[in-house]
Amino acid sequence: MESNKNFVLGVYEDEDVLLKAIKEVRGAGVKIDEVYSPFPVHGIEDVLGYKRSRLSIVAFMFGVLGTSLALTMQIGMLGIDWPMIIGGKDFIAIPDFVPVTFELTVLLASFGMVGTFMVISNLKPWAKPRIYDIRITDDKHVMAVDLAKNDLSEDQIKGIIDGSGASEVNNKEFE
Amino acid sequence: MVVESAVREPLITGGKSVHDVTEDISRRVEQKPAPTWLLAMAVSLGLLAVGSYSVGTLLWEGIGVWGNNNTIGWAWDITNFVWWVGIGHAGTLISAVLLLFRQRWRMSINRASEAMTIFAVICAAMFPVLHMGRPWLGAFWALPLPNTYGSLWVNFNSPLLWDVFAISTYFSVSLVFWYIGLIPDFATIRDRATNKISAAIYGALSFGWVGAARDWSRYETVSLVLAGLATPLVLSVHTIVSFDFATSVIPGWHTTIFPPYFVAGAIFSGFAMVLTLLIVTRKVYKLEDYITLQHLEMMNIVIIVTGSIVGIAYITEFFIASYSGVEAEQYAFINRAFGPYNWAYWSMMTCNVISPQLFWFKKIRTSIASTFIISIIVNIGMWFERFVIIVTSLHRDFLPGSWSMFEPTIHDMGTYLFTFGLFFTLFFLFAKFFPVINMAEVKSIVKATGEKVTAKEVQVETAEKVEN
Repeated sequence: MESNKNFVLGVYEDEDVLLKAIKEVRGAGVKIDEVYSPFPVHGIEDVLGYKRSRLSIVAFMFGVLGTSLALTMQIGMLGIDWPMIIGGKDFIAIPDFVPVTFELTVLLASFGMVGTFMVISNLKPWAKPRIYDIRITDDKHVMAVDLAKNDLSEDQIKGIIDGSGASEVNNKEFE
Repeated sequence: MVVESAVREPLITGGKSVHDVTEDISRRVEQKPAPTWLLAMAVSLGLLAVGSYSVGTLLWEGIGVWGNNNTIGWAWDITNFVWWVGIGHAGTLISAVLLLFRQRWRMSINRASEAMTIFAVICAAMFPVLHMGRPWLGAFWALPLPNTYGSLWVNFNSPLLWDVFAISTYFSVSLVFWYIGLIPDFATIRDRATNKISAAIYGALSFGWVGAARDWSRYETVSLVLAGLATPLVLSVHTIVSFDFATSVIPGWHTTIFPPYFVAGAIFSGFAMVLTLLIVTRKVYKLEDYITLQHLEMMNIVIIVTGSIVGIAYITEFFIASYSGVEAEQYAFINRAFGPYNWAYWSMMTCNVISPQLFWFKKIRTSIASTFIISIIVNIGMWFERFVIIVTSLHRDFLPGSWSMFEPTIHDMGTYLFTFGLFFTLFFLFAKFFPVINMAEVKSIVKATGEKVTAKEVQVETAEKVEN
């Protein structure tokens, strides 16, 4: 078991105040653990210093996999395993294979990307989420600062968050 | 920060705050079912029960209980199939194409339209599945599974098989797209839950979502890429459905205009069905502040555009048949308009070509009553379009001795009713237990396009003018 984790939470009402506050708090040398919002806030990745998600590359890779699987399957089945003349076409009639290849490309790209997203974000029906504040999924933005990961004292951190426009500054402890 | 011009109409009226959005939408999920909902549910379950009798008979006796005959081998079954698939085009178009075009008015309507899409595709899939007669063996006919005949594989040259892949991919990708959008909203309901059962159910449905910035950033990437993938997908589906006809040698089917014309028709009928359902939903759930007249007007404009494309396609088809000089082709079209099925052809022309043109009048396009009526007329017209294409082209084939007429049996109607029962049962369940509006997305535009803000900006601007 991990020891108890102590967090300082800054609660913000407005997304633009939040964006400014993140810059200020980080500027003051506080390491922010994570920021939680009820909806996607544009530009939050930049102020938090997150890199662009590489999920689009994942989608592309799975798409390539889908294309090759689909072509291998169709050429293998109709071209090699059991060749048949259908409508006087070639055994390997590539134009006829386009629709299924396209569909399987899209299918694998979508499912591969979404599956990867679920895994890396730890989204699963039996997940036990750590809920910092019940109002995050309603209308509040919450900035969580892990005290153990910061050198500044609790009071200093609270002061910085309070000064950045937070409407509340709270403590939260997790086992 | 998102900036919206002050002269634009607000997308969300009533001066809603972010918290109001949560309240207004989640409340519908948390309340006890209303009597109107119970009544609606009873009616759709009744339809489902009546239809199940026909489906049961069909499975027991075989597809001979339908009115199809040697000449008219395809009739109501595929008419209904294409009709439902067409309806299932609006949802993904709204959520994917309008996302790529950054149309924010999609946000209030995408959830319900995507749900409608998924249910419509399920209803559509009923027909190819049931027409196999013994659907439990169908996997061997429709999927490339190893079998004891060789293996004798499925025919990848056949548009019917392309359809299997297109429809199932479309269904699964739409379902995933819809579900990804639902996750944050389920988390909202989970955090508001007052009893253990709903907390557990919505907790599982929400996949442990907490709204971390890192997850939101990935979520946005996933939505954008899914939209990019779903856009060509939605266009491909009805294209491939039209290949079922276009790659054949039947006069009236064998035309290259089919793919674009089918896609336009699908969007046309899909938007009509979205309007029919949303007009009722917004009234019953009092969502007038979220689904405003502006939203309805936008959808009506899409209907004018796609309806006009469909109208031009009908005329082009006729002209090309005559210009081709192919006698059989010319006869097929003359027979459509003036043969024994002329009532179907002229119903189609009236409903699909004339009725949407009424939306050029601003009064009609912004009136809820007329929008509702025209949306139903359009869907009737689109059913006739498929009937005209399928039955009228088949009933007088190459050999006058085999010319015939189609008479639907009670089980043709029963199977169709079954899909209506299924569709409305699923839709009402959705409307009760799922958030009907995408809360997270709507919340993200409350500040930029809510009424409060736009009003405030206008005040500030006028104040500045006065000062100057």
